[in-house]
Amino acid sequence: MNIIDVLIEQSPALIIAIPLLGAFLMPLVSRINSTLRNIFGLLVLCLTGFFVGILASDVLANGPRLYIFGAKDLAVPMVRILFEVDSMSIFMALITMVLAFIALIYSWSFMKDHDGLDKYYTLVLLLITSTFGMELTGDIFNFFVFLEISCIASCALIAFWISEGEALEAAFKYIVVSAIGALFVLFAIGMLYAQYNALNIATLANVLKYTFLDKIILVLLLVVLGMKAGLVPMHMWLPDSYGRAPPSVTLIIIGATLASFYGVLRVIFTLYGNVLSTTMRFSIPLNVLVGWILITLAIISIIVGVAMALVQSDFMRLIGFSAVTEVGYMFLAIGAGIAALGTPYATTALQGGILHLLNDALDIGLLFLVAGAVYYTTKKRSLDDTSGLARNMKYTTVFFVIGFLAVAGMPPLNGFASKFLIYESVYQLNPILSIVAILCSILMLAVFVKVFYAVFMGPELPAFKNVTEAPRSMLLAMGLVAALAIFIGLFPNLVIDALVKPAADALLNHAQYIGTVVGGI
Amino acid sequence: MSGMSKIVKTSVNILFPLTMIFGLYVIAHGHLTPGGGFQGGAIVASGCAMIVVAYGSKWVFKQINEKRLSTFESIGGVGFITVALLGLVFSTVFFGNFLAGSNLLFGTTPATGSTGADFNTGGVLPLMNFAVGVKVIAGLFVIVLVMAYASSVKEWDT
Repeated sequence: MNIIDVLIEQSPALIIAIPLLGAFLMPLVSRINSTLRNIFGLLVLCLTGFFVGILASDVLANGPRLYIFGAKDLAVPMVRILFEVDSMSIFMALITMVLAFIALIYSWSFMKDHDGLDKYYTLVLLLITSTFGMELTGDIFNFFVFLEISCIASCALIAFWISEGEALEAAFKYIVVSAIGALFVLFAIGMLYAQYNALNIATLANVLKYTFLDKIILVLLLVVLGMKAGLVPMHMWLPDSYGRAPPSVTLIIIGATLASFYGVLRVIFTLYGNVLSTTMRFSIPLNVLVGWILITLAIISIIVGVAMALVQSDFMRLIGFSAVTEVGYMFLAIGAGIAALGTPYATTALQGGILHLLNDALDIGLLFLVAGAVYYTTKKRSLDDTSGLARNMKYTTVFFVIGFLAVAGMPPLNGFASKFLIYESVYQLNPILSIVAILCSILMLAVFVKVFYAVFMGPELPAFKNVTEAPRSMLLAMGLVAALAIFIGLFPNLVIDALVKPAADALLNHAQYIGTVVGGI
Repeated sequence: MSGMSKIVKTSVNILFPLTMIFGLYVIAHGHLTPGGGFQGGAIVASGCAMIVVAYGSKWVFKQINEKRLSTFESIGGVGFITVALLGLVFSTVFFGNFLAGSNLLFGTTPATGSTGADFNTGGVLPLMNFAVGVKVIAGLFVIVLVMAYASSVKEWDT
């Protein structure tokens, strides 16, 4: 066995271990020198990225990969913690990796003048670790543990600008909502364990009988993970937290939010995969019921998100509400995919939803980076206080244009590729859904044109006569995201064929996920 | 927070060593008895909190360096991961228990049946308990200290 095989075999553990080790070493390294600290953080991420890369190439070529903690093989009483990595998990891990990289590069200049940066970088690495953990784990209790780590790390990071009272309020709201949510998840896991004596997702999925308790468990898990992903009735924490956290952190919190969205996919498609066609009362199959509930909530999310974004005057909070809309599009796509499970357009919808995961992360991320750059140079949050910045911040303006066109789903950019897949497939389920989605996309464009005129166009204010362009590392970070957005917009087929299709197939083919573990005993 | 009366201070002087011994016992016997690194660490840290209450945070701040405490906390975390990574090196899996049954440190295989507890068992578990213990002691103590400090800032001004 050569060295690459060994590294690939160990990579699921190392993807978690390296950022965790980095997080604990960070306070020690920061004592030496701040430049060394930045280089160390980037080094940790490079190493993690290397392992994510080789694991991705292996998983996409050879199918799901299993990692057993603390033992060489699965013993018969299955008490081991497993990591099971399939194409969907690795797709999520790649998104997290990209976001983490960009956030760290952006932090170099953006956070330069703040103190307490050793804690900042420690928490950022912990948040990255927990996001990876949620995405790669094959054990539902382990998922809960990483969910808790991500709650606590994000809460501390949201409150990082503690001198602003609103940051504290946002963090408090977040921790209350997510701590209660996490308890629901724990309750659901307890019920699963009590019934089936197992905590492994694959084992549970294999033996799940869809009893009355299982219905409650499904509801609890969907409610909490939907809340963590920012679905509407429980979205109120999202604009606050996104708007008040430092924008570099927001990028990583977007990754953690998407990991919760991934949890929804995993619960529906894998954990309840065997029982999705069970007929309920009035002879409605479970998948149609769950699908239409998700579609309803998604449509409300889309409308509420864009309507609330229209009336905001705080730049970052406005982007937070547009993030709610984007989450709505993802849920619309997977809701349609579940409701019409088995038809060809359901697969298209699922692919659109999964591609939109990546696009949402990049587009909303880019807008937050731009908002951060504006805040960095002007120290103003409100749209009413800024004007005419395009004169002095040319690159930032260009990146903002790319970002808002992508979010609104304009053709040459990545948002169009995924939104078009969504419109096309959802139209076949019900045309009205598609019409609402397109209309809200147009409204989104209106929202951001307003922002564009308020912030970048218009007369130059005397206070901003001497503002300069954002520092180089921030421009580099924004440029990277913008380049990715344009690339995916121009060649969506490359991404769909290489990453999205395998991911959608992995979700639909839950027998393979189960067989990797259960067949291995 | 200023110090309390002489009676309290004397009681704490007597209780403090006992608390320390009990906490360290819980950490060290984590692999044999209920408890472990976290629980024992919490006991030790509550002993330290007792000192803060009796003698006042101002006095405690003079005695110790809180930077060093946070270094200890990092060392605890790094130690935990390092032991897990050593498992990867020596037994090919992350968190592998490479010391169990090796007759080295904590390496004895425990006898089956109703025997007395053998301290020299458990492989890497005691090492991980120590690491977690160090982390929890330092972490909790620093939290208590910072909270006491923050609540006494007003007192210092007057």
